[in-house]
Amino acid sequence: MATQEIKKQSPKVYIDRPEHLSGGHRLCAGCGAPVILRQVLMGAGDSPVVVSNATGCVEVSTTIYPYTAWKDSYIHSAFENAAATISGIEAALISLKKQGKVTEDFKLLSVAGDGGSYDIGLQAISGALERYHDIVILCYDNGAYMNTGFQRSAATPKGAWTTTSPVGKVRPGKNQQRKNLTDIAIAHNIPYVAQASPHNFRDLIYKAEKAFAAKGPAFLNVLSPCPRGWRSKESDSIQLAEAMVKSNYWPLFEVENGVYKINYDPKKRKGAVADWMKQQGRFRHLFTPENEWIVEETQEMTDYQWERLKAMEEATARFGTQEAAEAQEPAE
Amino acid sequence: MAQTEVKTLAITGNGAVSLAMKQVDPDVVAAYPITPQTDVVQNFSQYVANGDVKAEFVTAESEHSAMSACIGSAAAGARTMTATSSAGYALMVEVCFVAASMRLPIIMTTVNRALSGPINIHCDHSDSMLGRDSGWLQIYNEDAQEAYDATVMSFPIAEHKDVRLPLMNMYDGFIISGAIGPLKPLSAEQVQEFIGQAPDYPRLLDAKNPVTMGPFDGLHGWYFEQKIAQNIAMDNALDVIQDTYDRFYELTGRRYEHLMQYRMDDAEIAVVVANSAAGNARGIVDKLRNEGIKAGLIKLRTFRPFPVKQYAEALADVKVVGVMDRADSFGAPGGPLYMEVLTSLYQEGQCAKAVNFIYGLGGRDVFPQNIEDVYRRLDAIAKGEDAPRERIYVNAKGM
Repeated sequence: MATQEIKKQSPKVYIDRPEHLSGGHRLCAGCGAPVILRQVLMGAGDSPVVVSNATGCVEVSTTIYPYTAWKDSYIHSAFENAAATISGIEAALISLKKQGKVTEDFKLLSVAGDGGSYDIGLQAISGALERYHDIVILCYDNGAYMNTGFQRSAATPKGAWTTTSPVGKVRPGKNQQRKNLTDIAIAHNIPYVAQASPHNFRDLIYKAEKAFAAKGPAFLNVLSPCPRGWRSKESDSIQLAEAMVKSNYWPLFEVENGVYKINYDPKKRKGAVADWMKQQGRFRHLFTPENEWIVEETQEMTDYQWERLKAMEEATARFGTQEAAEAQEPAE
Repeated sequence: MAQTEVKTLAITGNGAVSLAMKQVDPDVVAAYPITPQTDVVQNFSQYVANGDVKAEFVTAESEHSAMSACIGSAAAGARTMTATSSAGYALMVEVCFVAASMRLPIIMTTVNRALSGPINIHCDHSDSMLGRDSGWLQIYNEDAQEAYDATVMSFPIAEHKDVRLPLMNMYDGFIISGAIGPLKPLSAEQVQEFIGQAPDYPRLLDAKNPVTMGPFDGLHGWYFEQKIAQNIAMDNALDVIQDTYDRFYELTGRRYEHLMQYRMDDAEIAVVVANSAAGNARGIVDKLRNEGIKAGLIKLRTFRPFPVKQYAEALADVKVVGVMDRADSFGAPGGPLYMEVLTSLYQEGQCAKAVNFIYGLGGRDVFPQNIEDVYRRLDAIAKGEDAPRERIYVNAKGM
């Protein structure tokens, strides 16, 4: 099998694992990204890691020369090419290992925000997934280009205010619904794809461990609260992430060798999208008679996608065979 | 070492370069197909498929990703190569700057071909000239033999501790890349001995000594000094390149210099030209010499770093120099090579008359007669005709 069985551990087990990202970085208070990174890297266990990072918040805040917050090797090259860069690192790792010039089992992680994943980095991610490198690609999705001052991305929710989808007399924020990047990653038929949220850290660390253990590419899409861009309170970040998951807007699920599994099923939806939208200033203008339809449409889309996800789980349950998994793996 | 008897192969430029790549057998090749370099990648794919090379081969989904993968690979500590051309090179350029600033000795073949638009698949030098400020060493090659030799010589140059810069080797698309010419190859053992092992350098894949590469310099401000360091490396490369050429001469008997002079000793008129057109130009020089016209030729090899002093010395006694550019720089005083040559003369306090000839754009043929016309014009200027300040377009319709 391209994937391995991984058990969810108690927090005690995770907290004893080595830190890969040290404190003292300059990410904002309430930012989801460093929380996500620490949790994801706990999934790498004791292995040395090489991180390839796209231009963005994490990059500019963790590597301010001459300082670095990274305890492992780290490279930043450009905005759109983190996944292509890690492809080359993987090729080098294979080559140098064969020659005995490298002996350690490095874990390879590519990190980008939603701009560097949904938009400008999509091609490089798709290429890397298709080439079946043994890598993990992480997207921390905060729903806009927050580093450059809150410009809209393909991940920005419909109706959200951003600086390039501002609210005016004739436009109520972003005009389009968001792209479903997790679905796009799944379509590459790779061993492991998962969606996660930092509020459920056991689930996220388990998924990261699963992703690192998989032979071949794995993709993690993680919801990343951004108080600056969401116009929300720093102290609300983790609760907001939880509310977005509970409303089924950001379902926690994984696709292992093509088989879907919903990791958190509230059975009956707990809360509505309006609950967390009200707590974010970027949606403030939607709660008026002329714009309410956007909130309603987002709710309908969320309910539809949730039902679709459940149907996929049911439909793929019978495919969880070793043969199916092996069929996806490329020839040696 | 004396040159032993070597069989001469009949081979395309691309075949020669892919043979050199096979003999070098780098750790990683990451590439994307862009005609006319596609043969290089295809041939290398076959070597991989046959098990002839140990290299890991990354078939990137774009030239941008190919160069990005090369950056990752070289930063990880692997000897890394790629090949490109034209629009593909243009797409790479953003990250070519990154590769140079990270001081990664990536070796790239760039088969010279026009940039769009209009789209045109044929030879000119506008692609590599686009990257002349990217921080890469640039070597131009006349034929398959030079391209092969340059590929082998690239490694000791780029990986030298005083240089540590990426290097690109150019040759003319189709004219050389696809046409068959003679090649005296080295043996794989000779190649391996010549290139040696890459010196150790901090690398990503060192668990005991992790490194952060490509950090953010927006707050504390060392960007400026970083750029100065790149230029110092360029300066250092001048000697390292010539030393490598000299060492190669001892091995093969083939002599290379930053600029290759032909009948320049007492020349009164001279042409400076790069790549395949030099062959025709030598023939014209011989013809004019038979008539008693003191004509000479300088063939460009090293363009980055630009060997200013060598140009000034070679042109010291020349009355009129014609610089032939197979690329233009719109709105500039002339083509890229013309401006470099003029600056070199000026920096050394020389004032030979200089005329810029733009030729061969988009693969426009340059016939021996066209080059003879260039020399005749230079001869007329040497004898008193006014030197035009504006570009002269060679073999352009309606000119």
